[in-house]
Amino acid sequence: MAAVQETVEQVKGLAVEQYKYGFFTDIESEKAPKGLNEDIVKFISAKKGEPEWMLEWRLDAYRRWRNLDEPSWAKVKYPPVDFDDLYYYSAPKRADDGPLSLDEVDPELLRTYEKLGIPLREQEVLAGVQGAKVAVDAVFDSVSVVTTFKEELAKSGVIFCPISEAVQTHPELVQKYLGSVVPVTDNFYATLNSAVFSDGSFVYIPEGVRCPMELSTYFRINESQTGQFERTLIIADKGSYVSYLEGCTAPMRDENQLHAAVVELIAHDDAEIKYSTVQNWYPGDAEGVGGIYNFVTKRGDCRGKNSKISWTQVETGSAITWKYPSCILRGDNSRGEFYSIAISNGHQQIDSGTKMIHLGKNTSSRIISKGVSAGKSSNTYRGLVSAHRRASGARNHTQCDSLLIGQTCSAHTVPYIESKNSTAKFEHEATTSKIGDDQLFYCRQRGLNEEEAVALIVNGFCKEVLQQLPMEFAVEAQALVGISLEGSVG
Amino acid sequence: MLEIKNLHAKVEDQPILRGIDLTVNPGEVHAIMGPNGSGKSTLSHVLAGRDDYEITEGSVSYKGEDLLEMEPEERAAHGLFLAFQYPIEIPGVATMTFLKTAVNSQRKLRGEDELATPDFMKLVREKADQLKVSQDMLRRSVNVGFSGGEKKRAEILQMAVLDPTLCVLDETDSGLDIDALRVVADGVNALRGPDRGMVIITHYQRLLNYIVPDHVHVLSAGKIVRSGGKELALELEESGYAAYEADAA
Repeated sequence: MAAVQETVEQVKGLAVEQYKYGFFTDIESEKAPKGLNEDIVKFISAKKGEPEWMLEWRLDAYRRWRNLDEPSWAKVKYPPVDFDDLYYYSAPKRADDGPLSLDEVDPELLRTYEKLGIPLREQEVLAGVQGAKVAVDAVFDSVSVVTTFKEELAKSGVIFCPISEAVQTHPELVQKYLGSVVPVTDNFYATLNSAVFSDGSFVYIPEGVRCPMELSTYFRINESQTGQFERTLIIADKGSYVSYLEGCTAPMRDENQLHAAVVELIAHDDAEIKYSTVQNWYPGDAEGVGGIYNFVTKRGDCRGKNSKISWTQVETGSAITWKYPSCILRGDNSRGEFYSIAISNGHQQIDSGTKMIHLGKNTSSRIISKGVSAGKSSNTYRGLVSAHRRASGARNHTQCDSLLIGQTCSAHTVPYIESKNSTAKFEHEATTSKIGDDQLFYCRQRGLNEEEAVALIVNGFCKEVLQQLPMEFAVEAQALVGISLEGSVG
Repeated sequence: MLEIKNLHAKVEDQPILRGIDLTVNPGEVHAIMGPNGSGKSTLSHVLAGRDDYEITEGSVSYKGEDLLEMEPEERAAHGLFLAFQYPIEIPGVATMTFLKTAVNSQRKLRGEDELATPDFMKLVREKADQLKVSQDMLRRSVNVGFSGGEKKRAEILQMAVLDPTLCVLDETDSGLDIDALRVVADGVNALRGPDRGMVIITHYQRLLNYIVPDHVHVLSAGKIVRSGGKELALELEESGYAAYEADAA
């Protein structure tokens, strides 16, 4: 049996046991009744003690959502989601009054995050375990359970808190920016999210401030039959800078769970936002049973001149991923970047990519997409690069590489280019390659086992993107790349 | 240390090796010469454990163990190194990273601790200087964009760093100009020692002017048809392989 064939066999065995984060935390939770109607929307809003305008916003979204159809253009297949058979709100008990101080957080929850390798105790982070300080907002099912380093961040004027808290404490900012990048009616899932979003992070970096530490949010879906609808809003005021990372995990379940998030980024003049994602939702078992449906709308608005938004994503989890982190390059000289590693294995389906919408003058964008497919998975890059009539001097370079492992997976590339300005320069490069028996044998002759060899080769393939991750997370991501392609050698 | 007995191997029903017998003792350098298609490269791949070949008969024992039962990486960890005729490219993986991963994977398999980075770097720098492998080459992706000579030098560097007990060099001279050949041969000669055995596979005698073997074997149609001392190589240079091809047929 040829080496690649063998890897394929082993990769087929990729299942439950490979997913390290598949445990369930037994913790009492409070849920809204199943299903979705105006009462549920009101229930969620009331739980959060929201002002009237917020409730109205949600109800408006809900009413619009009822008239929308699920999008069907993506290259993914799944049975219809029964939106009436989901819980739209689940919160660990005692946390329903919003995040607590660390001393008050249920120790069971702290242990959960410890198991996930996420330090929530500030003194531990300070002790230098990670080498650098990282502020964390931990979202458990529908609520944020704790946010660290808030006070230290406040000293430099940075606001980092759960969005439910921001609605109370900074309503003017939320009202001004919420839905300004992803409108309520943007798409089916974004509209649903607008109606029922329960928590997520809110970040505001004031003018001229360079955020003194990495910010991050860790999302965890714990309860069964629960959808997670988080909403993240990041605003970088003039001349500011922030780097933000999100991580996601969920227990192993034989049902499919819905995760429909919306992330909005706003960069004003000369501001820069670097947004990194390490997505490791439960991907389902070897037969394709269970796993998260990750239907996410992420969009950044380079609103000001010379602003910059950079998306970096490492997508290894989820049964289905439907996600297109995009940039609207509105300000003159603004720049958008999209660096993506999408790894699919088993029966995973990924349809992901980006949109770079060039509106301002001399805007530039860069796309590097690395798709790795193994097992019986399907991996699609879908991208749009467009230049508006007035976007003179727009420039884009797209590099789109696919790597196949075995004979039963597939990779697809669907790039759209629309240019209405004759001075725009768009370049597109694409390659498709396979991990060859020769490469595997060469590595094994040097002493690497098959898993190490595959991990090394894939990490090499993804290098340009891995380099974009904040240093503290690059090592973790490299390991994840290996793990998600692990077979059961031996 | 290496004992090959009556080894038969085929690929897709096509017999390639038809009964090879060869014994390599520590400290010995054996040259295996033969015309194209005689099975030279197959022999090297079978020894390293490439699974495209089916072993139909015979045995290979290595340091008293059944080599054919081992996975390729286990053979490597037991000290078997194959210098490839066509070294493989691994884009995005720096040569230094590859070397470090290889060294530590082998150590892990042998139940040893990983080598500390400073020690490792020192080791590589030292060996690299000897082989005229630049720091720049170590930073570049494994074999990507390397010239023929650079590839072979990188192979010998890997060999030197991994410190094997049995080196199999598959047509290491192919694609080398005379200067590169000398550098590579010097590198190989530096690795000769009383505890290390070498099998040098080559079509031409040229390499053997620089790496002088203790024994020379002629492989034809999957069998060793003649063995002798280093003078046999010179004889072949004069007379060619024609006589042996006739023999085998």
